Amino acid sequence: MSTPPVAVVGVGQTHHKSRRLDVSFGGLVREAVFRALDDAQMSLDDIDAVVLGKAPDLFEGVMKPELYLSDALGAVGKPMFRVHTAGSVGGTTAIVAASHVQAGKHRTVLAVAFEKQSEGNAQFALGSGKGASLGAGGAFAPFIRAYIQRSGAPEHIGWKVAVKDRLNALKNPYAHLKIEDISIEKVKASPMMWEPTRFLESCPSSDGACAVVITDEAGANAAAADGRPPAWILASSSRSEPPSFPGRDPVRPAAALQCAADVYTAAGITDPRRQIDTAELYVPFSWLEPIWLEAFGLADVGEGWKLVDDGTTELGGSLPVNASGGVLSSNPIGASGLLRFAEAANQVRGAAGEHQVDGAKVAIGMAYGANNQYFSTWAVGSSLHPFG
Amino acid sequence: MGAPSTDIAVIGWAQTPMVRHTDKSETQLLMEAITDAIVPLGISRADIDFTCLGSCDYITGQAFSFVSNLDAIGAWPPKRDSHVEMDGAWALYEAWLRLQEGDIEIAVVTGSGRSSTGDPALIYPMEMDPYFLAPLGADPLTFAALQARAVIAAGIADERSMAEVAVRARGGDVESLLAEEYLRQPLRRHDVPPITDGAAAMVLATGDRARQLVERPAYITGFDHRTECHNPSFRALDDSPSTRIAAEAAGLRDAPVEVAELQVAFTHEELLLRQVLGLGDDVVVNRSGGALRENPIMATGLCRVGHAADHIFGGGGRALAHATSGPCLQQNLVCILEGRS
Repeated sequence: MSTPPVAVVGVGQTHHKSRRLDVSFGGLVREAVFRALDDAQMSLDDIDAVVLGKAPDLFEGVMKPELYLSDALGAVGKPMFRVHTAGSVGGTTAIVAASHVQAGKHRTVLAVAFEKQSEGNAQFALGSGKGASLGAGGAFAPFIRAYIQRSGAPEHIGWKVAVKDRLNALKNPYAHLKIEDISIEKVKASPMMWEPTRFLESCPSSDGACAVVITDEAGANAAAADGRPPAWILASSSRSEPPSFPGRDPVRPAAALQCAADVYTAAGITDPRRQIDTAELYVPFSWLEPIWLEAFGLADVGEGWKLVDDGTTELGGSLPVNASGGVLSSNPIGASGLLRFAEAANQVRGAAGEHQVDGAKVAIGMAYGANNQYFSTWAVGSSLHPFG
Repeated sequence: MGAPSTDIAVIGWAQTPMVRHTDKSETQLLMEAITDAIVPLGISRADIDFTCLGSCDYITGQAFSFVSNLDAIGAWPPKRDSHVEMDGAWALYEAWLRLQEGDIEIAVVTGSGRSSTGDPALIYPMEMDPYFLAPLGADPLTFAALQARAVIAAGIADERSMAEVAVRARGGDVESLLAEEYLRQPLRRHDVPPITDGAAAMVLATGDRARQLVERPAYITGFDHRTECHNPSFRALDDSPSTRIAAEAAGLRDAPVEVAELQVAFTHEELLLRQVLGLGDDVVVNRSGGALRENPIMATGLCRVGHAADHIFGGGGRALAHATSGPCLQQNLVCILEGRS
């Protein structure tokens, strides 16, 4: 890539909950924004442009909320940009914000994403108010069944992912679900939602927001010199494929494979399983973890479930996945993708707190949307040339 | 920082017929617009490196409405792609940024909307502050009328000059227009836009590729957009500071423009923006008829850039395109296009 280096120097998120009745939309996003600005030791005056991402406006009933949020986000007199790429939107928001800096147009850009699910009914909105919505769980269940059939994975794999992510969430002060007594037995005993996905293998509905400050090489170097390590953006990509046609494989989507290839090629990653220290993958239903491990080249085809089974993806394993607790523990939909990107950045900054992966130098953040069609990924590193 | 380091140019664009209502889906409209934009250039969908679509779920009346539009792009093999819940002019902005990263050469951006399927008076209150403004249920006409009154009070417009704008956009004679009843004082029917279904697609290319594909690319030499305070009652409605900042950042003052395409859905907005942008009588404004003639919301702004590009394609030197979003011109975008001999 011929583009100038850019980096994350500030990360912030809200405490995610079922209902954040204590804050307005504006209050919710500001909570994340000010944490990110504090983290970057900046104020709103240092921000040149704002990029806002969220999932469908029908979720809350506010059309183009970036208009109303211009004031709360300190965007008056600045560019205010709005992205919407289905579930991947949080990730794409970070990528578009980075693009503002890479293009040389702005020095420091704020990426913000939010969802306040309690204000509306996401399942109703998914059906566009016309009823007959399968819900996301219903839409993904056939893909999960196909994965199980192809790989021959045993049924406890999904339960293990659900337990792992909820245990990780106990170490994340911002996580929504805190299930202290989570166990395989408890997951197994929870109600069947969409065969084979059980209640405790599903993501919650959350109110929450995330914000990330992205700046240029000089800004990142200044932060580093001040003892605040930046997360250098090594590469990023967004890829999409059409909804449905014979030959499309939603279990191993071509857009996911291409998105991974774009990022790995540009970042110089030739052996993702060994070169990537930790991954934040968008896993709203437990079985998506092995599916994405395979699509993103972190496991061979048909082998992703084995990394779950042998503990490789646990916090103490050699490739921790969703150390933050992931989407299974907090799901403010539009922000869920940005949270993946932000958590990956925090890992390589050594700023992940109790869920820090020891010695993480390279991490990926990934988000997907629609029926496994929209993919966004970035690779971040503790240095610009982590592989020498 | 208005000028990019890499040459990026508009090399073609197309729009569907602009109609009061079509039964075609947005995907079908985009299929036609994209094909019509790329075929004259001798390229196919396979040559497109990046796509960015602009549309709005609330206009379409469906969550995730843009997802099916991937069929119109022909995103197979999968494309580098994005979508903005904004007018296609902002999709153009994202593509312009993306192309400057230098690893790709051709982008297609679109704007699409079928306003005929909804009632603006019901939909638009939902883009207002949900706590203090949306509950008022004020429709776009109400907010536009408030701004028109401010613009008239400031001496920038009067009902006659507004009617003259309407006549230039879509014909008629001033006296008979002024004899009509008010729709929302001081606005009459001729002061407000039609409801239009339609889509537009635009092709961008980087320097050498642009010059290979067309004789006279319309180079984007300045591009900026800005937002303002949301609540119209906290703004000076007889001004448009965000337009002024965007125009300065885009380098409008560096050289004169011959034409300007302004996204003005209401007649008084043209008079206000002419003043804010400092456009003299020698600048041809909205030769296309603008949004007062055809207003395919979510594509209207992109069409302004398209008409400005047509001026360059036809041998013109420098053109301005403007797009807007939000109540009373809350958010404004300025794009400067230039030809080179």
